[in-house]
Order: sequence, then C-alpha cells, then structure tokens
Amino acid sequence: MSGLLFTGSEWDFPTLDRAYAAIEKIALEDLGLDVYPNQIEIISSEQMLDAYSSLAMPLMYNHWSFGKLFAREEAMYRAGYSALAYEIVINSSPCISYLLEENTMTMQALVMAHAAFGHNHFFKNNYLFRQWTNAESILDYLAFAKRYVAACEERYGRDEVEATLDAAHALMDQGVFRYRRPPRPSKERVLEKHRLRMAHEESAYNELWRTLPAGIETSAAPPVPDPDDEFEPDARLPEENLLYFLEKNSPALKPWQRETLRIVRNLAQYFYPQRQLKVMNEGCATFVHYTIMNTLYDRGLIDEGAWLEFVHSHTSVVFQPEFGDKRYYGINPYALGYAMMDDIKRIAEAPTDEDREWFPGLAGSGDAFAALRYAWANYRDESFIEQYLSPKLMRDFRFFSLFDKADHGAYRVGAIHNERGYREVRRNLARQYDTSGDPNIQVAGANLKGNRTLMLEHRMNRGVPLHNGAKEMVLAHVEFLWGHDVKLEEVAG
Amino acid sequence: MTHFVDRRLNPKGKSLGNRQRFLRRARTQIREAVQKSLKDSAVADLAKDRKIKISTRGTKEPRFRLDPRAAGERDFVLPGNREFDTGDEIKKPRAGEDGGSGKQAADSGESEDDFEFTMTQDEVLDIFFEDLALPNLVRTTLKETPNNAWRRAGITTTGSPNQINLVRTMRAAQGRRLALRRPKLADIGALEAALEAAEREVAEGRGDAAQIASLKEQIARALAKRKWVGFIDPVDVRFNAFTEQPVPTSKAVMFCLMDVSGSMGEREKDLAKRFYMLLHLFLRRRYEKVDVVFIRHTHDAQEVDEQEFFYSRQSGGTIVSTALDKMLEIQRARYATADWNIYAAQASDGYTQTGDARHCVDLLNGEIMPLCQYYAYIEILDEREMEVFASEDSGAELWRAYRTVAELWENFATKRIARPADIFPVFHELFRKTEAAQ
Repeated sequence: MSGLLFTGSEWDFPTLDRAYAAIEKIALEDLGLDVYPNQIEIISSEQMLDAYSSLAMPLMYNHWSFGKLFAREEAMYRAGYSALAYEIVINSSPCISYLLEENTMTMQALVMAHAAFGHNHFFKNNYLFRQWTNAESILDYLAFAKRYVAACEERYGRDEVEATLDAAHALMDQGVFRYRRPPRPSKERVLEKHRLRMAHEESAYNELWRTLPAGIETSAAPPVPDPDDEFEPDARLPEENLLYFLEKNSPALKPWQRETLRIVRNLAQYFYPQRQLKVMNEGCATFVHYTIMNTLYDRGLIDEGAWLEFVHSHTSVVFQPEFGDKRYYGINPYALGYAMMDDIKRIAEAPTDEDREWFPGLAGSGDAFAALRYAWANYRDESFIEQYLSPKLMRDFRFFSLFDKADHGAYRVGAIHNERGYREVRRNLARQYDTSGDPNIQVAGANLKGNRTLMLEHRMNRGVPLHNGAKEMVLAHVEFLWGHDVKLEEVAG
Repeated sequence: MTHFVDRRLNPKGKSLGNRQRFLRRARTQIREAVQKSLKDSAVADLAKDRKIKISTRGTKEPRFRLDPRAAGERDFVLPGNREFDTGDEIKKPRAGEDGGSGKQAADSGESEDDFEFTMTQDEVLDIFFEDLALPNLVRTTLKETPNNAWRRAGITTTGSPNQINLVRTMRAAQGRRLALRRPKLADIGALEAALEAAEREVAEGRGDAAQIASLKEQIARALAKRKWVGFIDPVDVRFNAFTEQPVPTSKAVMFCLMDVSGSMGEREKDLAKRFYMLLHLFLRRRYEKVDVVFIRHTHDAQEVDEQEFFYSRQSGGTIVSTALDKMLEIQRARYATADWNIYAAQASDGYTQTGDARHCVDLLNGEIMPLCQYYAYIEILDEREMEVFASEDSGAELWRAYRTVAELWENFATKRIARPADIFPVFHELFRKTEAAQ
C-alpha cells in the first residue's frame, strides 16, 4: 500500500483532513511553528471576489468603494486579465483561511501550508502584529462596525453616512498611530462602563419594547458618547493621527460621525502592520510552504505529479521580472521575501567566507529554523532587509540604486551590486520599505478661539511635495470633517 | 477539533449592497454610458447583460500622496541591472510616455482610467425605463420572467417522498418478488401443515424422521428468503417526474415601419429606435418567439436589415402607403394570422405626398387593422413644432388622416413625441390591457 496522501487533482474533505494532519505534523515538529487554531473555509470563486472587494475581510460595512472594487475585479477576472488568488488569510484567532474550490488537491495542500501555517505563524509571532492588532477581537469589531454603519444609514440617511465615510477613507493613511499605541482604557474602566451600561438598560427598561419585532438590534443604536472616554482635553500637538484628532476635536462632527471615524481609524490601524510586513509575511509563508511541500515529497507522501505541479506554481509566485521588463510591477515581495528566508537558511547551514564576514553571529550557526523564527518574530521589512540582505542576494537580484532629482532630466545610478555599493544599496532598499515613504502629515495647530482654522503640516522628506490634485481633493474632505477652513503647509522636514 | 468549513453554499451576492451603492454613486456616468451603449445595439438586444465603460469621475478616492516629479529628490532601488555602473545616467521617460522602463514611476500615483464592468439586464433596464418614464407597474410587468409550468415527464427512480407513485412502486416490487421467487405465506403454511402431519405420524410411530428434518430446513430457508427478498425494497420505489416547461405562447411578428427620407435625422431615428425597443421588449415578454421585420420607405418601400434600417439614408419623395403595401405583402407571404400575432410600429415625421394619406387610411381600415393586434404610430417632431401642434386636432395631413383611423379602432394608437419620455403613452393601451388581464 502506498503512503501517498492523495493522487490526482480531485479533492474531498477526508483527503483535506489527511493532508492537513500531515502538514501540521511537519509544521509543528520539524519547523517548530507556533500557530493560532486554524479554521479553513472552502469558498467559490464568486465568494472569493466578494472577499477581495471588502478588503479581504469576511465582514465589512457597506460602502460604494467596495462595490467599485468588485466591479473592477470582476471585469478583470472575466476578461481573463487576472487570476484569482488561491487563498486569502485573515489575521484573527482562530486564523481563517479561504481555499478556492477550484484548486486542485496539490494546490489545496500548498495553500494550507502557506496560509494556515506560514502566515498564521507570522501573525501570531511577529512583534508588530502582537503589539498592534487584537487577533481575538477583530471579527467581533467588524460585526459591530457593519451593524453600526447600517444603523446610521437608516437613521441619518445614506448620503450623510456616505459623505462621512468618503472623507474618513481619504484620511485612512493618516489615521494610524505610528509610534505609540492609542491610550487604552484599563480593565477596571471597561468593567465599570459595562456595569453603568447595564444599569442604564435596567432603568430604561420598558415593557412595551418587548413587543418590538425580533431582529431589531438595539445594541446597534448609536451609543451615547462618553465625554471622558479617552478624551484628552488639550490635544497633544503635533498629532500624526489626523482621524484621531478630528474624532476628538472637530467642532463640526455629530457623535455618530465621530464613532464612524473611529471605526475607519481602527481598521486603518489594523491594516497598518501588514503594510510594513509584506516582504517578511510573504517570505515566511512561501518559505514554509516550500519546506513543507518538499518534506512531504521526501517522505513519499505526495507523488511526482503533485510535486511538479507545486514547483511550477511556486516558481511563478517567486518570479521577479527585471526593471525593463513589461511585466515589471515593482519588487515582488514573494520573490524577495522567499529569497531572503532561503538565504538565511543557507548562511546558517553552509556559509561562505563572505557570509562569515557579513553575518558573524548567524553564519554556520546550524539551526536555520531557529534563526528564521527569531527573525520572523523580531523584525519588520525595513529592519529585516537592513539586517539580513546579503551581498549574494544583491548580486542575484542585480539590485542597483538610482538617484532621482525632480528638476534633473536623468536618473543617476548610485550604488550597484559591487563591493563598494552593497551597503548603500541595502540601506536604500530598506528605506523603500519604511513607511516614511508615506507623506508625513501632522496637525500643527488649530485656532479654536478665533476663526477655527485647522493647520496641517506636511514635513517633506528631501523636498518631495504632495501631489497637487490629490491634495486639493483630500483637503476638501478634511474641511468637511473639520467644518471650517483647513490650511496645509509644506515644510522641509 | 475540525478545521474545515464548507462555505460554498452560503448565500451569494454579499457585495450586492456595495454594488447598488456604487451604481448610485456613479449614476450620471453610468447613464451616459448605458444610453450610448443602447444607441449602438440592436433592437432585440435590449434585455441582455452588457459591458459598460465609465470614467472614474465622481468615484475618485483621493489620498495624500507624494509627487517626486514635481520637486525634491529620492533614491530608489530596482532589480535587474545588466549594464549600469555607478555614475551612469539614465534618461527619464517623458511624462505621458509611461512604461519606458517598466513601471518604475508607479509610486507617483496609479492612474485611474476609465474602467469597464458588466451590468446585468435588470440594471440596464432600470436606466432605460427611467428615461422613458415608465410607470412602476409596467416596469415590473416587463421585467417579469416568463412563467413556466410543471409537466409530467414519466417515472424516475429518485425523487422526493411526496412524489412516490404507489402503483408503479408496487408493480416493480411484485415483479422483483416474482423474479426472485419470494416464498408466499401460503407456501410456508402448507409446509408447516406438512410438518405438523409428519410429526404427528412420527409420534404415532410410523413416520420418517428424515422428512421432518428436511421439512424444517425447507421452512427455515423459506423464512430466511422472505427476509432478504423483502416485500418491498428501496429499488422498487418509483417517483413521478416533472419537468419545467415554458407555458406555450404563440408567436408574434413586429413590423417596424419608418420613413427614412432626408427629413429624418439622427435624433429622430434615435427616438424611433427606443420606440421599437420598448415594443419589442413588451412582445418578448408575452410571446415565446418574436420576429422583427424592418421596412423602410421613401417613395418606395423595401425590407431591410436592422443595420441598414437605422443607419443608411436614401433620398426620394415620401409615399407612406408603399410601406403599408409592403407590410401586407410580407404578412401574406410569411406570417399567416392563424399562427402569428401581428404588431406594427410606424415612425415618421408626418409628411407624405398629397393625397397619399387618404390611400393609407383606406389600407388601414380595409386590410391592415383587421389583421393587427396593435398598431402604434408616432410622429417625431422637434420641441418647437411640438408647441405649434399643441392641440391633438391640428397637424399635417397624415396626422389628421390617422386620427380618423384611431377613432374607429381601439387598438390603433397615435402620438407625437419630441422626447424619450413621450414614448410610453403610445403604448398605454397595450400595457393597460395586460394589467387588466392579470
């Protein structure tokens, strides 16, 4: 009897179960991964499109921009321009991964290894995710947000809610705390608030309300704002989180609008780490699936056909076109991430003299997986590249750095992949993954006593200004939220 | 702990609410696009899903972003260096000539061009109807999918319990029992009687003990066989089968008559086209099969295809009656009244040769109207003429002549139109009838 987990491309649930168990064994025992409980959901292609268009979350409030995204994705998919992703994985506990029903069994195994173990381990262990997102509560929060926005639409009209959400979405990139965590109420505060709310409900109980038809969610009614709630009487300035500042201090907003801003802000904060961890997250997941699939093959659990299919898919995922190529769309995070993980393994196990010189601690340490797990837990893209990108990889990718001055008609080649240039290329590449690439916009002050003008400040990085057209449009949104004039000044940072 | 959840059966269309919000948001652009798309499509193609291309005006989602082309400086890293060394210079691609070196300038903002998506038939019709100012009831009537009826389709071996066909089930069971020789109770009774007799004989001391054993074995075997050849078995069960079939409705032919002489311009033809589209939509809902015949005329009438009907021009005088003659000729040759419901829609700017109107009226009263289910005539005017001819009674020769026909025949409708919203009242009678019939 053969020990194969499956043959051919058809899958069914018992086979998935068997494959999952085999993958889990390798992931936990050989790779030493530490994961949230997994919940794997099989969905159809249409549901995959649905998920795409709501920021890949299983629940989301309604907004036209998601409909636009769906229409666009659907047209692209139907026209055959883009294939659907094989999987979507959500940073929550339990960790939800979506598998597409059209995948072959090999792909399902690959995706389980990639998402349910690779991404899952990364979500649970990376310090940014641990620090910034609450995996346990995100789904509950989204359910609340959806209900709340729907209730607001009903009560205040779709147009009002739409205008508020439009404005909030425009500021989403400026709606995160980059350096500090938002003040959180202490456990006692939360309990006390809960007790007060119960007391209020008790005192406001009315027998008549019991006759309301079932299904009316009273909890979705906009809550009475608590003036003490995280309120800072004198906003600390400058403030980097525009949405937070507006939510707390705007003279024009109604309570439900503040809550809506808060929802968008919380979402932005939830997604913020993902933007800083693209390379590492995908690199980790790709490395995990590569290792697991090869181990499965080595142990005789999958056949050559499956292995070849996996290799084909893997190589197209980590393909990096060169910059002049028509297919070039920036650096492929899968390619760079996977190459770096694989490179760390190589350095740990079979270092060259060059590696010993560059990575004295890591080179030849032997336990590659331990080194990787350490890197996955303690770095983000920028610091990871700054720390681990080896000269060999720079040569493999043929990285080179360009200097671009706006009033100059040509780019100047700075450092290239040679002895003199390694450090500069690496530094520039690392900086490219730093969020300082986002415009640094701060609230500089507000004239609250006089004409109530809000002063914003763009601290330019090396003199690069904001795009003018976009700036005007976003400022119109800020004015809507602030209710009075808004001025934006661009200063040298 | 199980890890798998099958979500495929969850309700679809989770993003429908978002889609409606999007359509509402981009309403103006979508309307323009749908109208343009309707103009270019065939009369019979109205009720189909169609691709719509809109500009993103009004659905922009602005964000603050940097513009490194405007001022300042930066460093960035690219992969794939083959030829450059430190200090080399690469000419920048000029603005608008994006892609000279891949998409390296991608961070200066993704371009939000026009984008294309598919609108469903219902969404297209909503916009079409909105222009035509159709009453809501009519909208639902038109959009309604044709009724299907369930018809018997023999007997099957699978189905739901409430469709069990008892007679056929019992017949199958009997056949199986016969074929497998299921012992009857009477046979067993006979064996048991024989056994009893044999036992009695043995007790009296003259019987054969071996016979008792054999009888006992026979009885046991018969009882066992009764058990495994059941009286009724799942394989016997038969169900009545039904299939869904469209309710047979008869066929209809729609004659589109139009004056194509020089006085009919782009605007007039567009209005006429909407008029035909609406009639076609109505007919398609009521009849299984709808043929469309296009007849154009100047001083002479021809049957043409749709393309030629709407887009080619002919010079010449205007004799309306030639088109009516042509219609009769085609009807006689191809559309016998026994099989076909005949509808006619005529569009004209109201001019015909002096004296011809009389001839038209004779043709209509004498031959055409007795054949037709409905005859709709529209006279396309421009807004200025509309004011001049404010009264129904004044008008050109053809109009006055047709008014007399309308008085005689209930199923003859005339209307002057200058805007799309004027079209629907022409069909008022037609739709009122169906409402009453329902």
